[in-house]
Amino acid sequence: MLKNYIKIAFKVMLRNKLFTFISLFGICFTLLFLILLSSVIDYGFGPVKPETKLARTLSITMGSLSTESGGNTMGPLFSPWFFRKYVKPMTTPEKISISSYYNPDVIYRGDKKIKLGIKYTDAEFWDICDFNFLEGQPYNKEEVAATDQVAVINRRLQELYFDGEPTAGKILEYKDKRYLVKGVVDNVSIVRIMPYADIWVPMGHAEIELDKPTLIGGFPGWYASLLAKDKHDIPAIKAEFQKRIENVEFPEGIYNKLLTSASSYQEALARQMFRRQDGNIYPFMMILLGVATIFMLLPAINLVNINMSRIYERASEIGIRKAYGASSIVLTGQFLVENIIITLLGGILSVVMAAIILSIFNRSGILADTTFTINFRVFFVSMGFALFFGILSGVYPAWKMSRLMPVQALEGGE
Amino acid sequence: MISLKNIDKVYRTDRIETTALRSINIEIEKGELVSVMGPSGCGKSTLLNIMGLLDKPSHGNVLIEGQKVDQFGDIKLAALRNKKIGFIFQSFHLINDLSVVDNVELPLIYRLIPGRARRKLAMEALERVGLSTRTKHFPNQLSGGQRQRVAIARAIVGRPEIILADEPTGNLDSMMGAEIMDILLGLNRDDNATIIMVTHDELLAKQTQRIIRLFDGAQVS
Repeated sequence: MLKNYIKIAFKVMLRNKLFTFISLFGICFTLLFLILLSSVIDYGFGPVKPETKLARTLSITMGSLSTESGGNTMGPLFSPWFFRKYVKPMTTPEKISISSYYNPDVIYRGDKKIKLGIKYTDAEFWDICDFNFLEGQPYNKEEVAATDQVAVINRRLQELYFDGEPTAGKILEYKDKRYLVKGVVDNVSIVRIMPYADIWVPMGHAEIELDKPTLIGGFPGWYASLLAKDKHDIPAIKAEFQKRIENVEFPEGIYNKLLTSASSYQEALARQMFRRQDGNIYPFMMILLGVATIFMLLPAINLVNINMSRIYERASEIGIRKAYGASSIVLTGQFLVENIIITLLGGILSVVMAAIILSIFNRSGILADTTFTINFRVFFVSMGFALFFGILSGVYPAWKMSRLMPVQALEGGE
Repeated sequence: MISLKNIDKVYRTDRIETTALRSINIEIEKGELVSVMGPSGCGKSTLLNIMGLLDKPSHGNVLIEGQKVDQFGDIKLAALRNKKIGFIFQSFHLINDLSVVDNVELPLIYRLIPGRARRKLAMEALERVGLSTRTKHFPNQLSGGQRQRVAIARAIVGRPEIILADEPTGNLDSMMGAEIMDILLGLNRDDNATIIMVTHDELLAKQTQRIIRLFDGAQVS
């Protein structure tokens, strides 16, 4: 019987080419959108090199400073002084790192102008992140403490500045300083904004006074990363940080209230996006959910309509089958198989299309060093939803139709 | 074989009520060949649909081989239609997406007969109606007479005891009609099938053993 159902399903699909196209397009478009969206979210939020320890990493970046008169300063605003005074002494994290965000700049090699992003870090930065070293090694604590002229560069800068030649031990000139290249790492996508840079140097080279007592650090912004020994330590780390800033000093003299917290990577990103200091990712998730729901719902409604007309068009066939011994359950089963087949076809098509689109995008260089991949977990969940809607939209009218007396179905369901 | 007791059939809409059948009492014996005649709209097809369990009466009882079917559920009714009854419709009612042989196999699918056995029985039925060379064709590639032969093959493939034919020659020319009638007579004669046939054609009706005449939903003879 199943073979017969499958045979009929393909024949019906071929007969109603327009309906089949619209159904497949609806399913395909929905799944494609969800697969692409999940790829982007996965790459943006998931553990991707060099941020593979995200599950046990917290960061302190966004904050809000209020004045007595009600003024407010918000953003990734803290200074290295703040982090050294209130974060570095923390005891619950396994490791603590202080570093700047990347600063866009240019360097010259002869007449060649090279755009780059520079980042100022401590030595712990290299322990918390998991960079893939192609050559050499990172700078160490002593070199950071002595503000030695040492650097780690990425493959891109190696190619542009050193023509791709082996680089460790060579000198790179930047702003009248001669940096000894200690290591070369793989490129990092700009989507991973925290570790992203082309050149990393000890934080002492930053053009600010690191020990100046001020809460506000200025451009390009600084942050602290806190690595927990175990992810179960995270609440304790958050609590310790809150405790430490209870009696924070306000050296500027104009602020009297500070709001900030140690947050997960996702929370920190949500703060950046929504300029919220409380790290609430609820609105972000609601927007994502809303968009996904709209994209699921529109094709689902479309599918219901298509299936309704498709099944009403086949009322006579239902009548014939009933006359010759098909029960309502058997008929509903037949339409179930048909809907499953079309949804599976749509699913396969969407994966193929997503793979093509992602491969074109990855190769286009629009987002350098970014490799989006298909998240099959999301694909299967989306397929589940598509199947659910497909089945619901196909089986309900089929069930309704199959409940008719055969004579009514033979007359076209009137 | 089939008993109809005090059958009424009333169609109701919001505004009007139409009585299609009133106080029908009919007994059909096993192996009988009966025709149902009457003017258009007198309830002939409704009567046949009720006999074939395709429709329910508004009042009265239908008995098949002494079994009251009124209280049968969907699954039991489907099984009864599948095993006991074969239908031949005026407009053939073939499934256009299926080939001739697949159409004929339809009743056997619901008996869960394996594919190879189904194919064999379908081929035998098609041979019996003289269509063994058109098995891979699709209904829209056949003439009206050939389509009705396919419908007859489908009706007889499961060897049902009852064949209900609703104007089986209505859409055919006289020569084709005569051929179809010959097949029906043969089924009754050779297989002892109980055949009830709705027709407008007096000549065809005269070839049957008994004529039931309806007028305005009532049995007049």
